[in-house]
Order: sequence, then C-alpha cells, then structure tokens
Amino acid sequence: MKTDIILGGVGGQGILSISAIIGTAAVEKGLYVKQAEVHGMSQRGGDVMSNLRLSSEIIYSDLIPKGQVDIIIGVEPMEALRHKAMLNPEGWLVTNSTPFINITNYPELEDVYAEVRKIKNHILIDADAIAKQVGSVRASNVVMLGAAAPFLNIPEDAFFTAIQRIFGSKGEDVVQLNIDAFKAGFAEAQKVIESK
Amino acid sequence: MQKLVLLGDEAIAQGAIDAGLTAIYAYPGTPSTEITEYAIRSKEARNGQITAQWTANEKTALEAAIGVSYAGKRAMACMKHVGLNVAADPFMNSAITGVNGGLVIVSADDPSMHSSQNEQDSRFFGKFAQMPVLEPVNQQEAYDMMAYAFDLSERLNIPVLMRITTRLAHSRAGVQCVSEKRQQNSFGLPKDSRQFVLLPSIARRNYKMLLNNWPLIEQESEISGFNEYIDGTDKSLGIIATGIAFNYLMENFENRVIPFPVVRISQYPEPTEMIRKLYDSVDKILILEEGYPMIEDRLKGTLNTGKTIHGRLDGTISRDGELNPTIIAKALNKHIPETLPPSDVVVSRPPALCAGCPHIDSYNALNEALAEAGQGHVLADIGCYTLGALEPFMAVNSCVDMGASITMAKGAADAGLHPAVAVIGDSTFTHSGMTGLLDAIIHQTPITVVILDNGTTGMTGGQPSEATGRLEDICLGLGVEKDHIHVLNPIKKYHDENVAIIKKEFDYQGVSVIIPRRECIVTLNARLRHIKAQKAKS
Ligand SMILES: Cc1ncc(C[n+]2csc(CCOP(=O)(O)OP(=O)(O)O)c2C)c(N)n1
Ligand code: SF4
Repeated sequence: MKTDIILGGVGGQGILSISAIIGTAAVEKGLYVKQAEVHGMSQRGGDVMSNLRLSSEIIYSDLIPKGQVDIIIGVEPMEALRHKAMLNPEGWLVTNSTPFINITNYPELEDVYAEVRKIKNHILIDADAIAKQVGSVRASNVVMLGAAAPFLNIPEDAFFTAIQRIFGSKGEDVVQLNIDAFKAGFAEAQKVIESK
Repeated sequence: MQKLVLLGDEAIAQGAIDAGLTAIYAYPGTPSTEITEYAIRSKEARNGQITAQWTANEKTALEAAIGVSYAGKRAMACMKHVGLNVAADPFMNSAITGVNGGLVIVSADDPSMHSSQNEQDSRFFGKFAQMPVLEPVNQQEAYDMMAYAFDLSERLNIPVLMRITTRLAHSRAGVQCVSEKRQQNSFGLPKDSRQFVLLPSIARRNYKMLLNNWPLIEQESEISGFNEYIDGTDKSLGIIATGIAFNYLMENFENRVIPFPVVRISQYPEPTEMIRKLYDSVDKILILEEGYPMIEDRLKGTLNTGKTIHGRLDGTISRDGELNPTIIAKALNKHIPETLPPSDVVVSRPPALCAGCPHIDSYNALNEALAEAGQGHVLADIGCYTLGALEPFMAVNSCVDMGASITMAKGAADAGLHPAVAVIGDSTFTHSGMTGLLDAIIHQTPITVVILDNGTTGMTGGQPSEATGRLEDICLGLGVEKDHIHVLNPIKKYHDENVAIIKKEFDYQGVSVIIPRRECIVTLNARLRHIKAQKAKS
C-alpha cells in the first residue's frame, strides 16, 4: 500500500496541522511516513505545500516524483491547482472552493472552478461554509481532511485518535469541533462520490 | 526503544540529547531553527539538565560551544548556511585548537534558496577547515550520527561539521531512539593547559597535529559505515550519490534495486578507496550531489582527461537548485510518464507582510518622508521587513547580509548619498548592527537608522529578541545623541507625526536613530490566545 499526497494552501491556513493529523494517524496504523513541509519565508502569506507519503514499505524520497501524486488536498482552490502537474491522471484533487485572496491579480473564480472541473476525479466543496455550520470557520482545514479521508486508506478511528492527540492540549471543545469538522467533510465527499 | 515522528532538525536535537549533550547554542535561521527550538522545549532543558539558548548571532553561539568543549563537556552550535559565514572565524580556528569535550557544528543549507540569499554548500567549509563532515541521508541517520559525531570529535580531537539541507531539515519521518541515554561528560579542563591558546608557536604545533591526524580522519570515511559501496551488475555506469540525493536515486528503481554500482556518501572527506574502486570498474560515472558539484569537480580535476563524468558540470543536471526524484530520472534517461499540463490560471503568490504588521505603517511613513528625495535612499537588511522591497511598498534598495544596512548606509553616505537611511530589525540589530552603528557614530556620518522594533525575531517564527527592552540604552551607550533617538508608535493615527520626525532627522549631520515600536501581530495573537487558554483552564 502506498499513498502519495500533496497538500496545498496559503501560509497560515493550517496545512501543517492536517498534515500532522494524517501523519500521526498513519503511524498509528503502522505505516511508514515521510512528510516534507514548508517552513520559513513563504509562511508569510505565500503559497505553501506539503509532500506527504504513506507506505507499508520503506520510503526513500521525501519528495514525490512528478505525476505520481494520488491525492491533492487543497485548502484553497488555486493552490490546489498549483500542483496539478504532479497529479497522477487517475488521482483525486480534493479542494475547498473558498478562495484566499491576498494578491491583486487573483484569477476569476469561475475560471479556477472550471480548471478544477477539468480534472477527471475531483471534489470541490465549500469547506469554509461547512466549518461555519459545525462551529468555526477555523476548522475548514479539517473539513478538507475529512473530505479527502475516503481516499487515504486509513480507518476513521485512527484520525480521531490523531485529532485527540494533536488538539488535546487545547481543550475538549477544540477536539470535538475538529472531529465534527472531519465528519462533515467526510459526509460531503461521500455525496460527491455516490453521485458519480 | 521509542519511535518518534521527527523533523530532520528535531532528530538531530534528540540525537544530541541522547548522546550526552550539555549545551546547545544557536541564532535562528531557516532551515536550522527547529533544532534549537526542539532542544529548548525538551524536558532536559526545562529541568535544567542541559543548556539550550538563543544567542546574539552565530559567532557568539559557536564561541560559547567551544567554551563548553574547553570545560570538557559536549556542545553543539547550530545555524543556517550563511550563519556559518558569520561564525567562520571561530569555526576555522576551532579545527586548530581541537576539542576537549565533543563539539558538533550543524549548518543547514538551503538549495533553491527557499528562504535565503544564496545556496552556498557548507561541505566546502569542512574541507577548508579540515574537519570531518557528516551529511545524513535521512532522519534516522541524522539521529544516529549525533552519537557518532560526538565520539569521533573526542576520539580524533576535532570538531565535526554536520551538514544538512532544507528537505531533510523540514521533513518528518519515524525515528527509532536509543533506550538508554549516554551520561554527560564530567567537568574537566584540558590536560594540556595551552591547547586553546593559539599563539603562533602553539598554533603551529596544533596545526601540525591536525595535519598528522588527517589520515585517520580519511580512514574514518572508509570504515565508519556511513559511506557504502553497493555493487551492481551493470558496469556501463557507476553512480556516486551524496546525502539525500541517494533517496532520489533509490526512488527511481522498482524494488529499490539499482543495477549499477553505487557509492553512497554521507561522510567526508569522501572515501577515496571506494571512489577509486567504482571508477576502475565502470565505463562512466554519474554524480548526484544536493548542493554544489564538489565531488564532481574534484574527480574531474582541472584537465578532465579521465573517464566521462556526468553531473552538474556538464549540464546533465542543472548547475543550481535543489534535486528531486524527477531530475534524477532525467539524468538516468528514464522514461517520464506524461503528466497533466499545469493550469494557466494559476498565478504566483509571493510572501507578504501580515495584515496588521507594524512594518506596514513604518514603511508608509518612511515612503512619505522620502517622497521628495525619490528612490534609492534606503539600505535595508534581513527579516520580515525585507518584504518591503516588494509591491506595494517598493521601499528598500538592498538586502545583502545581516547588519549590512547600517554599514552600507554609512558607505553610501560617505560617497555622497543624502539622505542615507538604514532599515534594520531589532533582532538583526543585536546580531550585527551594533558594531556598524559604532563606526558611524565615531565618524559622525550623517545617516538615519530606522530600527524596526517588533519585539521579536519575526521572520524565523518569533524567537525572543535580545534587543527587547534595551534598544535605547544600547544606542545611548554607543554614543548616539539623546535628542536624535526617537521612539515612534507605527499606527495610522500617528502617521503625520511620524513622517515629520523622520524628515526632520534627515537634516541632522550625524547619526539619528528612529525606533518604530509595536509588537509583531503574530506573536501578539499567540500571546493573547495563550492568556485566553490559561484563563479558560483556571
Ligand atoms: C547570518 C544569518 N543568520 C540568520 C539569518 C536568518 N534570518 C533572517 S531574518 C532573521 C530575523 C530577523 O529578525 P528581526 O531583525 O527582528 O526582523 P523581523 O523578521 O522581526 O521583522 C533571521 C534570523 C540570516 N539570513 N543570516
Ligand atoms: S510575522 Fe510579525 S513581523 Fe513578520 S510580517 Fe507578520 S506581523 Fe510582521
């Protein structure tokens, strides 16, 4: 079993936390993990990404070869598209539809969505709206994690354990918020998959 | 035995702690910062069993580490690659003094310049100083190497340089830790009381000892196990892969079996015997190095009359930038599957100052104060505020090395620039700005120095700044006139007032210091969140 994931977003959008949740859940299930992160300059509102590799065999490279990515998880739609050329044509692109606009030349949103829809396997959901419904827009990254979870080959309970471990120090309500966000994202993705 | 998921940086810190570290010192710098952050957070540091501290700069960090070694204990200094330039003087000389307690210097390089001014390759520094260099292939090896590095340092009486690059520093993987930590060394001064006295007569003696030691250091590279000759049946090609380049090579072969003979290098000086064996048994050679073509250049030599050698020098691989598995696939002439075309709606998203950042108001005021003078008057420095070079500010004209704002402004003023403005962050000021300011004060050079005091080392993630609470005192102590030190509050409300103060100081024929002071939004928010969480708990 081998799953190669790219997470894309803007510095400060919480990519590192969902990356950490997936990594922790995978280790919990006895998988090998490599997770290359972006720290430094780009974290100031620039584009950031994480290469996350899970496998039952030893993993050598911290970076995923071009065209071999199984899932792109975007917490922002243009940032998901930034890594399109890395995607295996049979892979999935799962992204939030809410844009993060901190540049003056952000493309027309409809053009961005049209590009997303060109990808054979895609899920485009409004994670910010869903997160608001479950309690706080700040959990939109975990909504996206939930939406990608059906493709990650890791059982749900491992994610809950990981969320508990990572958010535990912030209090029970933060843990519950993130579990709810995860479940809501998961359910939304199921709808899209079933309608296919 | 405990398995932890650690960044390469964290694996180094944990490895050092488990190897009996007594003290670690550093100045932050991407991608090395997380080594010391991890050590500071460790229970050993919190219990006071080890010393883990941020220092004014990389030179002071390394000198403190040499002091620990002098006292017989194991020490480490960590920095980003350009930090090693700052620490070059103690670095070069520590090879001559040798060590008492084990001494390891970590330098983290940044190929592709993700967060740096250049992509210099620290391995050259190791060769320059004649020190062993370790370059771990992965997080586990980074951990394992620390114990070896300290042992080697003590055994061969030499500091050891550990060189890593961004990808390993900032990538996480499972690391198996040892079950029993090594005890710290007991305190003990050097047996030879003159070992650290580099008077010429002693330095000549020490240097001869270092030269005599060199064959032993070379031999280590053949036998330590960190360098490996992996035989292959297809002798049409031989491959040398250093550090993490080996991973990208492995990634390109099904079942992880490489048909060609390979020398994998994680320790320098490079293993001559292994390389000779490879060279003699294959038709041509491909060299994969994450960094400058160092081994490639040496193997080719000036005349390049031997076997064909492919790598960065003949264009098989780009001369600059970070490697990845796809670049290696191309170098191996492997078929690269057709991929989806990139999306042309995607535009670049450069980093920018955070909304609400105090630097925004400072640049707005500075730009207006300089409106009449025009472009080209601002010599700046390194930090979040370097982003003032981009839209919408276009406010600064230089960023060379830490501290260079003040000294370049001085030079430009000497050459006729007026007004000559230096813009420097508070942490950068205590790193390397103070000495340059003293130069300007001594010579009464007419410069306006703007010290942006956001109370933290923002760019690298908000480490404490040694300047906090003492900037005015430092400037006064160095000799800036009291009437020409102004503390501003960089918020919109005071914009006009701030512009007027800055403009007035342009006319002063000596050194003025302007200190816009407001806390970094990121550390402010983190502090407020922390207070809220504490309240919720109680
Ligand atoms: C010699 C050297 N050491 C470290 C760094 C990494 N570095 C760049 S900026 C910076 C901190 C800047 O802090 P400060 O001057 O307070 O400015 P701020 O980012 O807070 O605006 C550091 C540590 C570097 N570029 N060069
Ligand atoms: S981290 Fe702080 S200093 Fe840096 S841009 Fe953000 S608010 Fe400004």
